[in-house]
Amino acid sequence: MSKRKILISLATTFLLSTAAVAEGPKAGGVVNAVIQPEPPSLMMGLVQNGPTQMVAGNIYEGLLRYSPKLDPLPGLAESWSVSEDGKVYTFKLVKGVTWHDGKPFTSADVLFSIEFLKQTHARARGNLAQLDKVEAPDESTVVFTLKQPFGPFIGIFEVGSLPMIPKHIYEGTDFKTNPANNTPIGTGPFMFREWQKGSFIRLVKNPSYHVKGKPNIDDIYWHVIPDAAARSVAYETGKVDVLPGGSVENFDVPRLSKLKNTCVTGAGWEFFSPHSWLWLNNRSGPTANKKFRQALMFAIDRNMAKDVVWNGLGKVATGPSGSAIKYYTSAVPKYDYDPAKAKALLKEAGYAGEKVRMLPLPYGETWQRWAEMVRQNLQDVGINVEMIATDVPGWNQKVSEWDYDIAFTYLYQYGDPALGVGRNYVSTQIAKGSPFNNVEGYSNPEIDKLFADGAVAFPDSAREEIYAKAQKILVEDVPVAWMLELQFPTITRCSVKNLITTGIGVNDGFRDAWIEK
Amino acid sequence: MKQASRVLLRNPGGLIGVTILIIAVAVALFGPLLFPASPWRMVQRPFLPPFTLAGFPLGTDALGRDVMAGIIYGARISLLVGLISTLASLAVGIPLGAIAGYFGGKIDDALMRFTEFFQTVPSFALAIVLVAIMQPSIVSIVAAIAIVSWPPVARLVRGEVLSLRTREYVQAAVVTGQTNWWIIWREILPNALSPVIVLASLMVATAILLESSLSFLGLGDPNLMSWGYMVGAGRTVIRQAWWITVFPGIAILVSVLALNLIGEGLNDALNPRLAKGGR
Repeated sequence: MSKRKILISLATTFLLSTAAVAEGPKAGGVVNAVIQPEPPSLMMGLVQNGPTQMVAGNIYEGLLRYSPKLDPLPGLAESWSVSEDGKVYTFKLVKGVTWHDGKPFTSADVLFSIEFLKQTHARARGNLAQLDKVEAPDESTVVFTLKQPFGPFIGIFEVGSLPMIPKHIYEGTDFKTNPANNTPIGTGPFMFREWQKGSFIRLVKNPSYHVKGKPNIDDIYWHVIPDAAARSVAYETGKVDVLPGGSVENFDVPRLSKLKNTCVTGAGWEFFSPHSWLWLNNRSGPTANKKFRQALMFAIDRNMAKDVVWNGLGKVATGPSGSAIKYYTSAVPKYDYDPAKAKALLKEAGYAGEKVRMLPLPYGETWQRWAEMVRQNLQDVGINVEMIATDVPGWNQKVSEWDYDIAFTYLYQYGDPALGVGRNYVSTQIAKGSPFNNVEGYSNPEIDKLFADGAVAFPDSAREEIYAKAQKILVEDVPVAWMLELQFPTITRCSVKNLITTGIGVNDGFRDAWIEK
Repeated sequence: MKQASRVLLRNPGGLIGVTILIIAVAVALFGPLLFPASPWRMVQRPFLPPFTLAGFPLGTDALGRDVMAGIIYGARISLLVGLISTLASLAVGIPLGAIAGYFGGKIDDALMRFTEFFQTVPSFALAIVLVAIMQPSIVSIVAAIAIVSWPPVARLVRGEVLSLRTREYVQAAVVTGQTNWWIIWREILPNALSPVIVLASLMVATAILLESSLSFLGLGDPNLMSWGYMVGAGRTVIRQAWWITVFPGIAILVSVLALNLIGEGLNDALNPRLAKGGR
């Protein structure tokens, strides 16, 4: 206890001293941000696509938040503990929290949210698969008991993964048709006020937010601007102050970042860690040959793609895990750009100019240019590439039906290899119909076992060892060709301070943000 | 015909058109000899402005690809698509129009309603749909352009045939017992051809524009460099690098203009009433 006291007093002195030196957060002000595309709904328990999370992350809250290093931070839970055997997680909730309609938030809401999300949230359902039971001994305590230790469990409480849903509004109703879905009610720092479809969404400050003195900002307007060029112009003309990652095309980033009073950051994506790679069809054609796949890795100039296509943003991926993901290791075989080596490997693989079909990701110009660059890289070492043009549904269908040789993609990784990495490599995830599972058809009993063990190993050091081994094997086998750890830069006026403080970035960012005047 | 070409070349517009077209064809045929590397190859730093390096007179695009090489290879695609799709739509439109005009009656009605069916759909929208359904490739693009551009040919030929089939020399041929097909082929079509030739030269221009528009929208053959693709890809960076869009745009403009001038010139040359003064 005394230790804690010291920490608190240290923290207060620190805060006080910084407040004395620099300017502290100022209350008030309006922020105009872009939301792209317009979310289908703001009810985060039912809809979890990107734009929904970005707006509704300010309305709803999870039990925990995560630092850029993905360590848990207090959210609706002020403290938590894990039992010795790694099976029992006890959360103490913050006291005195109320929903936006004034009703108190209690442990009963947590239990209800778990049941709610099991029905509506596919990823939450997967995350909760190891959950044996969840109990609420009193109003502000929740105890999760697992069937077996599940290391990633502490990482599933982020607002988009496990948002808290008000029991008093949804209990006993049909969740999907509840009229309250149009006026979402959470515990978050901002309350839903108005949504003019096709134009803007307005959130206002929650005056009784449970963190004293927050939020600082009065209103947030999320503007819906469908055209990418118009979004850049809206920033340039001063209509909006915040362009969240991915809302303008990459080639506009350098121009916008040179504007006055403009700050650009790639931070705030650590939890999602968008990781891009080429699906390589492991079942048939030249890509079924491991030597051929390795040759691809040597043939593609990923540094150049980063510098030219992505304007220097991001990082060259070294393997299946992004470097922000837990248990990432760089101690794996290296594939630097080396066309001569690629040619030699192609020769060894016995490649004789068979046609290889490549599907670019139909997400706009950046991806198209990237595909053209990779095609040129591959043609330079003598691979006969034919690019197939598709639209989004066509891409989805071709990839989920395994009708491709090489296909671009990128996926989120959710902080832990058991949550967002294993799904693309274990053989139990080989199933037609989804573009997000083990689409390449890689099957290796050793890898299956490592990922199965890794998810439930305890303590963390045991997991670390297992995942290091898995990464090494995968990188040697090249089931897919890893390209870049993507970075979606967030562009803001520099006067918007403290926007990105967690690994989830803008999605739960406005709680701490303030505007310098 | 010889006389017609002489008239065409005496027409200043026609002369300019023919000259430009000859240059374009020469570029398409021999240009790749000067630029043997693939136009997709990344050869210099990206966004190299034009007229800065001798080897890259028109600069480079967003990936460092030579704009000059792109224009030269694009000339091949544009001219090829223009020519082949025009030939294909002539191959459909002329026989349909001739049959409708010659036989008249119910056959005419049926064929013309069928033609109108295609004419009522906006041609560019139809082309987009067709290419999207068939997957963008050079074959589907040529097919789509041909499908949307044959109806005017059929209408034009029908009109000509309608007027020609009442002429005395046609009736004479009927009286001497020649078969219908022989009459159409030998007596009517050769005399109906001059407006079709004028139309065809304009159709080549339209086809080039259509192909460029499709590529601009990302519906081009992703494996072939074309002018429309270059404009479309450069459009997004036009504020940083105008030259990526402007030079292929000029190429499209100039070649379409040339074909229009030729069409105009041909019209003057082949139209007996207008040509008389020149003779």
